[in-house]
Amino acid sequence: MELKSTREAYGDALLRLGEDNSVVVLDADLSASTQTNKFAKKYPERFFNVGCAEQNLIGVAAGLAVAGKTAFASTYAILSNRAWEQIRNTVAYDNLNVKIAVSHAGLTNAPDGASHQSLEDIALMRVIPNMTVIVPSDAVETEKAVISEIHRVGPAYIRLNRVKTLYIFDEKYEFEIGKAVKLISGGDLTIIATGTMVHEAMDAAKMLAEENIRACVLNIHTIKPIDKECIIKVAKETGAIVTVEEHSIYGGLGGAVAEILAEKYPVPMKIMGVNDEFGESGEYDELLEKYGLTARNIVKSAKELLEMRR
Amino acid sequence: MIDRESIKGLEDKARKIRKHVLNMIYEAGSGHPGGALSCADTLTTLYFHTMHHNPLEPEWTDRDRFILSKGHAAPALYAVLAEAGYFPVKKLSSLRKRGSILQGHPDSKVPGVDVSSGSLGQGLSIADGIALAGKLDKKVYRVYTLLGDGECDEGQVWEAAMLAAHYKLDNLTAIVDRNGLQIDGLTEKIMRLEPIAGKWRAFGWHVIEIDGNKVEEIIAALDEAKSIRGRPTAIIAHTFKGKGISFMEWINAFHGRALSKEEMEIALQELG
Repeated sequence: MELKSTREAYGDALLRLGEDNSVVVLDADLSASTQTNKFAKKYPERFFNVGCAEQNLIGVAAGLAVAGKTAFASTYAILSNRAWEQIRNTVAYDNLNVKIAVSHAGLTNAPDGASHQSLEDIALMRVIPNMTVIVPSDAVETEKAVISEIHRVGPAYIRLNRVKTLYIFDEKYEFEIGKAVKLISGGDLTIIATGTMVHEAMDAAKMLAEENIRACVLNIHTIKPIDKECIIKVAKETGAIVTVEEHSIYGGLGGAVAEILAEKYPVPMKIMGVNDEFGESGEYDELLEKYGLTARNIVKSAKELLEMRR
Repeated sequence: MIDRESIKGLEDKARKIRKHVLNMIYEAGSGHPGGALSCADTLTTLYFHTMHHNPLEPEWTDRDRFILSKGHAAPALYAVLAEAGYFPVKKLSSLRKRGSILQGHPDSKVPGVDVSSGSLGQGLSIADGIALAGKLDKKVYRVYTLLGDGECDEGQVWEAAMLAAHYKLDNLTAIVDRNGLQIDGLTEKIMRLEPIAGKWRAFGWHVIEIDGNKVEEIIAALDEAKSIRGRPTAIIAHTFKGKGISFMEWINAFHGRALSKEEMEIALQELG
């Protein structure tokens, strides 16, 4: 089976976007890791390495955007968070065309350990007005999301991964910002997932189906603006929701879904993610196992939730 | 060479800006008069002498750009923009009031303000980006930014300084309003900056030190900056915080408070 990381897809998407002269790319000394080096090689005059200086990365990207460019700024997810206040006050406040595309998000920077993993970034970005937060689930979705960003005014945070993952979509897939994608239909409960966890959610639904439990699977690629209508609809249709994300259980996808349902249509819910703790070094799969971010554990949560509902 | 009369004209204009600043902050009931007065001569010289810009066409693509990195001096910028014709002078009295475009710190909603600023340390990075774009697009515009001296405590300033020299941004001029005071006291007591000129030099900048409250020195430095090739220029503008008002000069209590009614009367009298 062919595998591709979302960061590789990002690098490829930038190559296509490079045909547009108004596109510039910035990196903070991680261009091989973030895959902006492909763009740098083809369009060196429009690539700016700022050195390992993330605050300046965001500020310079903002300046280029003020001057009419669409600026893609890349580094590791966790390091971009160092410039949170720059992102808020300069990029988001003025609604600038700065697209912050970050790699090695979640636990995917596994062996590097807690300092280089990013489990809080969705929460940090989601709270900023004007910010769009995109967490693609595979390479195809990444490429389409990145390319679509060139036509949308305003900032975005695009959360990408280090590890190679399976494809979910094929080339015919049409990406629409802010729209949830129903991947599997089912009436017993809904598993809402984002990023790397979408594939796990689909596997979990298949496992549940073997036990005659029909789970609906939603891919939320846009955490903000989130598809409220669709979330309320599946809550009404299935009456139970499991959310799963490679992020803290606080403030991410689960939080966003809970905010909507608490006000509009409360149903029993289980938020799956990293349980308010830091990561550690290890193999990626080992860490997913440790934090329970596996199809098997989603099945377990789903059953517990259904039990609770009875 | 600029003639004596033009310099006198700029000095008069700067005095007018200072009056606006005091009135605006008085009306608002809060604000930062000290640092707005110290840089009034620089802003006046930029907008009424050095910069190419057109108030009737704020989006003119070849205009010179200015970013007020020390955003707490916003009243001085707003006053200069209004005097230049970007918006009516009578609007100045709406500073810091609900519903006004004249926010407490520079806001891109204001005609003539390209980018919102005010959180210290960020303006030079933004200026770098605009200067890079100018180079990329082969534009002749120049980019100016004004930093506070206390602002130079921010690490991001030095990240941006490094980048400007690395990318040889000779279309960029940074002016440091060296008034010697920051909120908590003397810069040299709170966090030593000296040798500040040496620091900028070490970062690869062409450095000019001037009396930043003397219009002719400001003009000469800005002209010199234009002639420098291959590196950015930093102008260390030695100024007086509260410049122009005897009882405010060098008194840090006026960093962040409006004048009382009595103080206002004396101040306006002094400005003539």
